[in-house]
Amino acid sequence: MRKIRVLVAKVGLDGHDRGAKVIARAFRDAGMEVVYTGIRQTPEQVVAAAIQEDVDVVGLSSLSGAHEHLFPRVAKLVKKQMGDKVLIVGGGIIPEEDIPALKEAGITAVFGPGTSLKEIIDFIKANVDVGQAD
Amino acid sequence: MLEQLLREFYQGSKLAAARIITMVENDTPAGREILRKLYPKGGRAYIVGMTGPAGSGKSTLTNSLVKLMRQQNYRVGVVAVDPTSPFTGGALLGDRVRMGDLALDPGVFIRSMGTRGDLGGLSWAARDALTVLDAFGCDYLIAETVGTGQSQVDVATVADTVIMVTVPGLGDDIQAAKAGIMEIGNIFVVNKADRGDADQVVRFLQATLELGSRDAGWQPPVIKTIAWQGTGVEEVLKAILAHRRFLEQAGLLAGLRQARMKEEVMRRVERMILDRLNNGIQTGAVLSRVYARELDPWTAAEKMLQSMLCSKQE
Amino acid sequence: MLKEEAMQAISVAKEKWEREKLQKTLSKQPERHPDFMTVSGYPVERLYTPADIRYLDYLEDIGFPGEYPFTRGVQPTMYRGRLWTMRQYAGFGTAVESNQRYKYLLSQGQTGLSVAFDLPTQIGYDSDHPMAEGEVGKVGVAISSLADMEVLFDGIPLDKVSTSMTINATAAVLLCMYMAVAEKQGVAWKDLRGTIQNDILKEYAARGTYIFPPGPSMRLVTDIFAFCSRELPEWNTISISGYHMREAGATAAQEIAFTLADGIAYVDAGLKAGLQVDNFAPRLAFFFACHNDFLEEIAKFRAARRLWAKIMKERFGARDPRSMMLRFHTQTAGCTLTAQQPLNNIIRVALQALAAVLGGTQSLHTNSFDEALALPTEEAVRIALRTQQVIAYESGVAETIDPLAGSYYIEAMTNRLEKEAADYIKKIDDLGGSVKAIEQGYLQKEIQDSSYRYQKDIESGRRIVVGVNKFQIQEKSQPKILRVDPAVGEAQIQRLKELRAQRDNRAVQESLAKLRQVAVSEDNLMPVIYQAVKTYATLGEICDVLRDVFGEYRPVEIV
Repeated sequence: MRKIRVLVAKVGLDGHDRGAKVIARAFRDAGMEVVYTGIRQTPEQVVAAAIQEDVDVVGLSSLSGAHEHLFPRVAKLVKKQMGDKVLIVGGGIIPEEDIPALKEAGITAVFGPGTSLKEIIDFIKANVDVGQAD
Repeated sequence: MLEQLLREFYQGSKLAAARIITMVENDTPAGREILRKLYPKGGRAYIVGMTGPAGSGKSTLTNSLVKLMRQQNYRVGVVAVDPTSPFTGGALLGDRVRMGDLALDPGVFIRSMGTRGDLGGLSWAARDALTVLDAFGCDYLIAETVGTGQSQVDVATVADTVIMVTVPGLGDDIQAAKAGIMEIGNIFVVNKADRGDADQVVRFLQATLELGSRDAGWQPPVIKTIAWQGTGVEEVLKAILAHRRFLEQAGLLAGLRQARMKEEVMRRVERMILDRLNNGIQTGAVLSRVYARELDPWTAAEKMLQSMLCSKQE
Repeated sequence: MLKEEAMQAISVAKEKWEREKLQKTLSKQPERHPDFMTVSGYPVERLYTPADIRYLDYLEDIGFPGEYPFTRGVQPTMYRGRLWTMRQYAGFGTAVESNQRYKYLLSQGQTGLSVAFDLPTQIGYDSDHPMAEGEVGKVGVAISSLADMEVLFDGIPLDKVSTSMTINATAAVLLCMYMAVAEKQGVAWKDLRGTIQNDILKEYAARGTYIFPPGPSMRLVTDIFAFCSRELPEWNTISISGYHMREAGATAAQEIAFTLADGIAYVDAGLKAGLQVDNFAPRLAFFFACHNDFLEEIAKFRAARRLWAKIMKERFGARDPRSMMLRFHTQTAGCTLTAQQPLNNIIRVALQALAAVLGGTQSLHTNSFDEALALPTEEAVRIALRTQQVIAYESGVAETIDPLAGSYYIEAMTNRLEKEAADYIKKIDDLGGSVKAIEQGYLQKEIQDSSYRYQKDIESGRRIVVGVNKFQIQEKSQPKILRVDPAVGEAQIQRLKELRAQRDNRAVQESLAKLRQVAVSEDNLMPVIYQAVKTYATLGEICDVLRDVFGEYRPVEIV
């Protein structure tokens, strides 16, 4: 079984990184390799990093409401440049009514406030194909 | 599949390079095959090792250094290695935080890696990643590792020029001198030099360095930097170029690299032998005779080696 | 202090009670947990008695309200004289919309304004900057120039309200815009009352809206101190904030310690800039969170007051008692709000608000129940405000001062928190002070460790969050939420375009050139920023000059 590689990024300008950092630690403790990019990342920066790091998962966090604009942009760029195999998930303050549009745009899952770490980790483990050795 | 990937790699696709690094990192058969193909294309890149304690600002320095290299149009690859947790197997790779500026530069490739099984050292995978990026056409490669004893020494076994980074106030100067790692540095950087006792650290390093260095004829410079604002980084680049010129003009570079290759081959042999012995059928039986004190370790080792050499490759 | 014999008698009686009474009950039914803890993870004993506070000296450690060490409060009459200021943080979209919300809040009995700015404004980007895309008007109002500020306060007499502005890296620019609006309204600067947050250190440690490196950032802070001590004597020049560090995961003791350590750094910076401590220290204000642990939070506020008074008196030799008073604003803790069963948040907020009042806050923001989902709706904001009014007018807690003083538990915990915080401050001093400690990532690391521990306790079920990891229900749909019209961004861009076309661009360029000159010198930046603002130079243009001269901060990320 190979290691799951995850990119955790905060897109947009908000600096509230408590959630992103807790998640990054939890991923590490679940045996994953976590590339953390820090705050104020543009979608273009996120995707460039995701490519060079060849990650299986891109995890996005935003609490400022910029998700409706920025998450789909990341998803579009990832699909275009990396194909469909990369899992894109999001979290932060995201109203329920925004979720369908985000899923439509290619965000596989959106984890709102109060989601347990275990649920997120289990979701990733279930949705990343680790059997294949390439 | 592989052919297609290699074609894209040679066309300069970063995604292809990234995927290949993943394959070699996971040590898959396809990864080995690709390495076989890529190795002959390598040898062009000049490799700089960057090491120092956590919090010394290595990534920030790398970030500033790469920007300068880019101004001279060099293509640059960075391999940043962070420790893998021995308990969970996971790793937090945070070096990109300080290199956000470089993410979009088409002439820069950054890859973060965990040490994985290689306890504290520079992983085999990191060496292989350097090989891949060398073949990818990078002019300079920077291998960055956190300095804990072994990995600092390991950096010297991959790099043409080794930069040791320190900061004032860590109180580990003495420690460094004791551990003998002063000898592997070709360039010494005192980062965060706007802090109090930077000059004292510089003086300490200079005094220690005068006692001798690795290559006769090269006196390792000690450079003060404030990496986040770029102060002193130009001198670091100049020092790298000067060290390179020195190695080339003195005819030392080829020898240095050959010694490293030899070392690498030997270490890989060592590892392969151990791997095979660990999986060997005889091993358990021989060991239990040692446990029973019927056999001494010397004889046991000879027996195991002999039986391995006689047996056909599995 | 009770007499030694009395203490002895209590200890003996307690042991007897434990042996004879307690053990019997425990053997029949054990307690819910083998050990108990506060929200901050500190152990809680079964029972507190006078023996736990035997060394407490009433006159020295507690004293009287309005007197050193201010444990019981900073005013002699507290809420019997005047209730705390009810100040709801608000702002979104364009200046026009926010202006309407402010007028509504004032009409509902709110007594002070609190302006929320959007992130581009906080980080010094105009609304039309590429980095601002998707962020304009989202978490607050977008202000790119004096023209926006004029609209924001249109029809609000600045000599009649006190205005708090949550602005840090760009505080100097926004304050200058506010002063310019006052001038237009014919209001003298000396009559302006309010607060700018202006606390850059906690931005590095937790909140993230920094622009420049610590050195020049601290210079901007002290330039404001110096300028305001002459020109805006009633203005609170800084609100030293523990709130965001608490929100990022700090414990109660860390919140006190890191906030006061930052306070020490600002006082040091002011002194280094040549100011006299009693000239600027009375204008320092503080800002704390109020978390879920009702009793621990009350003790926290009391401990913080006592510790700061001692620091100012003993460490800085302040003479003016106002320099020793820790006056603070409180906001109920946003991180405790749940997206699940959001109406439960009303109860959480009510308890937190009650703790803040019992802890002696000077002003209070109560969160709206829907804020874990999005920006609050008008109805939710009204309920939040009504919560404060119920506490103020119906609960009776405002009728006497510091009513929980003397509780064995509260006093023991006040002592404990003060000590724990003082120990942290000592550690930070050893690292060379707050600025150095932040540069080395010490505060960040401590905060992250606490937040991860807290999350793991929830994960394991050791901590219960009602409606989240216990008492869940199937929820149909979320309540109505407020959305910022996406056209806000375009409208702002259009406004900026017109502004740039209509203003006197030569005057703008000249003022920016002057700004650059002063930025490289050591002169006070406030007068030149004010001049630039008056020419309608934009926030982004002003910050670009400063970015060019000062450089930009890169975080030490310690995950």
